[in-house]
Amino acid sequence: MTQTPVLSVRNLVVEIPTRHGVLRPVDHVSYDIHAGEILGVVGESGAGKSMAGNAVIGLLDRPARIASGEILLSGQPIHALKGDTIRRLRGKKMGMIFQDPLTSLNPLLTVGDQLTETILEHLRVGQTEARKRAIAALEEVGIPAAAQRISSYPHEFSGGMRQRVVIALALCAEPDLVIADEPTTALDVSVQAQIVALLKRLCRDRGVAVMLVTHDMGVIAEAADRVAVMYAGRLAELGPVREVLTNARHPYTAGLMASTPLASQGRKRLRQIPGSMPRLGALPSGCAFHPRCEFAQEQCRNEPGPTLDRCDGRAACWFPLTTDQKVSA
Amino acid sequence: MSALISVRDLTRVFDVSKPWLNRVIERRPKALLTAVSEVSFDVPENSVYALVGESGSGKSTIGKIMVGLVPPSNGSVKIEGVDLATETDQSKIEAVRDDIQMIFQDPFASLNPRWRVRDIIEEPVSAKGRRTSGLAEKLLEQVGLSAADAGKYPHEFSGGQRQRICIARALASEPRIIVCDEPTSALDVSVQSQVLNLMSDLREELGLTYLFISHDLTVVQHMADVIGVLYLGRLVEEAPRDRLFNEPKHPYTQMLFDAAPRMDAFGREIDPPKGEIPDAINPPPGCAFHPRCPLATDRCRTENPEMRNIGTTRVACHHAQ
Repeated sequence: MTQTPVLSVRNLVVEIPTRHGVLRPVDHVSYDIHAGEILGVVGESGAGKSMAGNAVIGLLDRPARIASGEILLSGQPIHALKGDTIRRLRGKKMGMIFQDPLTSLNPLLTVGDQLTETILEHLRVGQTEARKRAIAALEEVGIPAAAQRISSYPHEFSGGMRQRVVIALALCAEPDLVIADEPTTALDVSVQAQIVALLKRLCRDRGVAVMLVTHDMGVIAEAADRVAVMYAGRLAELGPVREVLTNARHPYTAGLMASTPLASQGRKRLRQIPGSMPRLGALPSGCAFHPRCEFAQEQCRNEPGPTLDRCDGRAACWFPLTTDQKVSA
Repeated sequence: MSALISVRDLTRVFDVSKPWLNRVIERRPKALLTAVSEVSFDVPENSVYALVGESGSGKSTIGKIMVGLVPPSNGSVKIEGVDLATETDQSKIEAVRDDIQMIFQDPFASLNPRWRVRDIIEEPVSAKGRRTSGLAEKLLEQVGLSAADAGKYPHEFSGGQRQRICIARALASEPRIIVCDEPTSALDVSVQSQVLNLMSDLREELGLTYLFISHDLTVVQHMADVIGVLYLGRLVEEAPRDRLFNEPKHPYTQMLFDAAPRMDAFGREIDPPKGEIPDAINPPPGCAFHPRCPLATDRCRTENPEMRNIGTTRVACHHAQ
């Protein structure tokens, strides 16, 4: 694609200095997201997926810091911005949707106040126009009787409605990029389906680039265009969602897919990946996945795993799986 | 097969009113939340009975009533013919309590951080003054940990390992029934499969019966023999696993299946279900599902449907056929 990607992350490294040495929750991660595209970021807990999202929007908590690499928003570098400059971008160019809608809204302000505050801060409009836009934003995310509900407080909404308010808040200043960190994890299945459908519609209608961070493969399959699989801070695999999920090239992705109970498997034993994700302080030498990998060889134990650009940009593995190779079930 | 657990017309009402002074001043009536309403089902020996439903459907309350953590307001739960809530013969109560154990959702909250793993696992037995030497070591190996782990503290283990410790503790009194309340919801997928496989193995080795409570349809489909679907405290449908998944009869079950994200549904465009679970304090009259139901008629709005048998399915819907 010749178009400049909305978000371009290049060799991003996030470090946390601790008494026991420097931890790298995000280690040489690179990806692009184009306008109107949903990039799914999956991984288990501790894989660094939320940390990668927070680094982009400039919400890393000290002592975590971006050690190297670049983050380009529509071609402009933003990784070195601090204080007020990043604050002006956040909300205006980038919106964020958090996991728990109850903790990401201010319980003491009406949703209308919270929406108009964001609009007034980022757009050059007056008080009445801001209110009009706030109502329009609530209508767009499917809140019935928006003109009345605008003066309600967050606790007066149900979980699903609250998450809609958070989405309206993320979108009200018309950002180019939205980072959704586990937006449906706290919600029930039927409400989750509503929120996923809403995100897809907004992405398509507005041409927003969406980074969808989740651990739910089903949500990724339905919503994402491309998917990035993270393991122990590194990208394990990156590619079109259908390709990655049905024809995984990295043994970790393949194992992850095989260990999800699928309808077609019936009562067969589930495939299990032995062990669990290593702690950041105790990463094994070589490729971080090798102690759990059934294809591990000498090279995997000694040399760190390759970066994505080594293996035609798909899988960060010394011995990527071929199409007919399957993990043993 | 005779039923090991038999639940009849189980109802549990919680009083969620404000303090009486507030009620008097604000002139509000008592607020009663019916968490479980007239639920009946049987669980045969050595089977897995799953309860599924969204939050607020009453599935965890049923699990708690079953192990005796919460008394029922009405109806009964009989385990091996003994009703824990009304039985007066202490020796029978003791015997049943040994036979039923529970595994909780969050392995980070259900293990005492100040106790060693050995003490945690042995407590159900030592509390009754029985001998426990070597018990923890044996159980730890049975659940796939090492005997040397008995001297460690819970914080030294990962989430999946902790859930194994919870399982070991549940096995300590050699139960026949284990109530599992969302046993894998707090775990990652690759670890979840380890725990589910362990539970299947133990079931075969020890002839256990599980009451499996979950909101995850794929996990339930993998584990259960018979599935009961709950909506707002009521059992709306119950069927053997394959029949439920192939021919869901109740419109709520159908909606749940359609809404669940599927890994083979790339870019699927669905018309998401309308509405949300209503307030349990003021449930809609008639069938509780009618405000969201595509088939709803006037009858649904006034008359609560009875459980009916259609083949091997039991369903509570006026229109199911």
